[in-house]
Amino acid sequence: MDDLYQQQILEHAKYPHNFGRLTEPDISHEEHNPLCGDRVRIELLIENDIITDVRFEGRGCAISQASASLLTDELKGMPVETAKAFSKEELLDLIGIPLTRNPTRLKCALLSLKALKAGLYGIDHLNEDDDDL
Amino acid sequence: MSTLTQFDVLAIRREFPILQQEVHGHRLAFLDSAASSQKPRQVIDCLEDYYRRYNANVHRGVYKFSEEATFAYERARGKVARFIGAASQREIIFTRNTTESINLVAQTWGATNLRPGDHILLSLMEHHSNIVPWQMIAQRTGAILDYLSIDGEGRLVLEELDQKLTEQTKLVALTQQSNMLGTINPVRLIADRAHAVGAVMLVDGAQSVPHMPVNVAELGCDFLAFSGHKMCAPTGIGVLWGRRKLLEAMPPFMGGGSMIKVVELKQSTYADVPARFEAGTPAIGEAIALGEAIDYLSTIGMEAIYQHEVELMAYALERLVNVPGLTLYGPLTTEQRGGAFSFTLEGVHPHDVAAILDGQGIAVRAGHHCTQPLHRHFDVPATTRASFYIYNLPEEIDRLAVGLEKASKLFQ
Ligand SMILES: Cc1ncc(COP(=O)(O)O)c(C=O)c1O
Repeated sequence: MDDLYQQQILEHAKYPHNFGRLTEPDISHEEHNPLCGDRVRIELLIENDIITDVRFEGRGCAISQASASLLTDELKGMPVETAKAFSKEELLDLIGIPLTRNPTRLKCALLSLKALKAGLYGIDHLNEDDDDL
Repeated sequence: MSTLTQFDVLAIRREFPILQQEVHGHRLAFLDSAASSQKPRQVIDCLEDYYRRYNANVHRGVYKFSEEATFAYERARGKVARFIGAASQREIIFTRNTTESINLVAQTWGATNLRPGDHILLSLMEHHSNIVPWQMIAQRTGAILDYLSIDGEGRLVLEELDQKLTEQTKLVALTQQSNMLGTINPVRLIADRAHAVGAVMLVDGAQSVPHMPVNVAELGCDFLAFSGHKMCAPTGIGVLWGRRKLLEAMPPFMGGGSMIKVVELKQSTYADVPARFEAGTPAIGEAIALGEAIDYLSTIGMEAIYQHEVELMAYALERLVNVPGLTLYGPLTTEQRGGAFSFTLEGVHPHDVAAILDGQGIAVRAGHHCTQPLHRHFDVPATTRASFYIYNLPEEIDRLAVGLEKASKLFQ
């Protein structure tokens, strides 16, 4: 557990970056984890195929909220095409905790990425088991 | 804490191989038996013995193994019948689990007895498996679902019976013990009230049968559903008990082998109960091992098991209410209560609580525990749940309390 709750995760969970809503987002998408009721909404402002601003809003465990906070930090200024290709490995690298053998918590960690991808691709809801993203 | 337990918990723990393990460098404190219990050596050996020594399909072969397997399978049925005080072992149907038992009643009894406008009475504290099957059959038949409410302590509001249990009510389906709150419901009283208006009463015994003496004659219900895996038996085996008169009037659940008398090209005649409801090859070894689990529990004694849990509960209530920031859902006394404790810890998500406890070798559950309507009622998306069984010790409750305090600090 000390692996799981490193200082970085705790800090981002307590004081999430980019938390809130945009006034006129180009993309706004929310995903849920039906197993535990966690939810994350990601909102993007896009100009000339670049993500110029980003916010997230949600409720859930430290891992899901810290992951969204870290991901949104990364997204600012990123070309949409790069964001579309952003992989779960890259996100897990950002989070920096070993989750690959922990399928339940992996779902928490990837919820924000799911919201991002479904939003960017204009998909209603990604499948529960669509963890390949 | 002094213990009045009539059996030696340490000796019992030695019978459970899984409890000998360490998790993340700590002795395992398994506090999730409400989800599924651990299995004693006797049950594991019994299952292995079947597969090693006399594995064969039942009710078909005439060779030695098949006869032996059939004999053991049917003897297990008899053990189940005696365990719950059934009038006959013909009233015992082997299913996969509680969920399948309830679906069986909904799809057979429900499909033939429910008419548009009939009412089905449930309660807000039901597990999804005692809600969704009724929603499905209600949609098909035009029946209407009603729910008994609960009060602040997580007890049924019985005054509502006057208004919600009427001549239109054809079925009452109620859990004997809530898997989230621990509340034990007054089943006898409600069964009598249900019968007074001509309704049939189904009891979800998933959480009660493993933990206390349950006798269907005393409960006064018409159907009882429970799962083997929560009472020291393997997964894949469950039970539906029903009154013989009701069972005999019910059409089959699934079609296939074993449930027929004569099969012709256009139609078939069906076997008598219980075979009518056991289509296909059953979970033979698992049923036999359920019989072994019943022997194991009966030797300890269901009343002694219940008393042991009451002691753990009393201690848990004392320890948990003193954890800063902890909100407990469910009764705050041991009165008509079982050993399941769901709670939230201020500022820490239930998943994080469970993960932090896991790091200390303490296994608890986090989520909605298949009771979303109940969580909505309390306006929490999820809770953490600790639950007890025969092998738990007061010191594990101490470790739980310390772990919770640690989680609080980490997130302060
Ligand atoms: C009260 C209650 N009913 C029904 C069930 C469903 O049991 P199973 O999953 O074995 O069918 C459970 C188990 O989680 C339960 O606690």
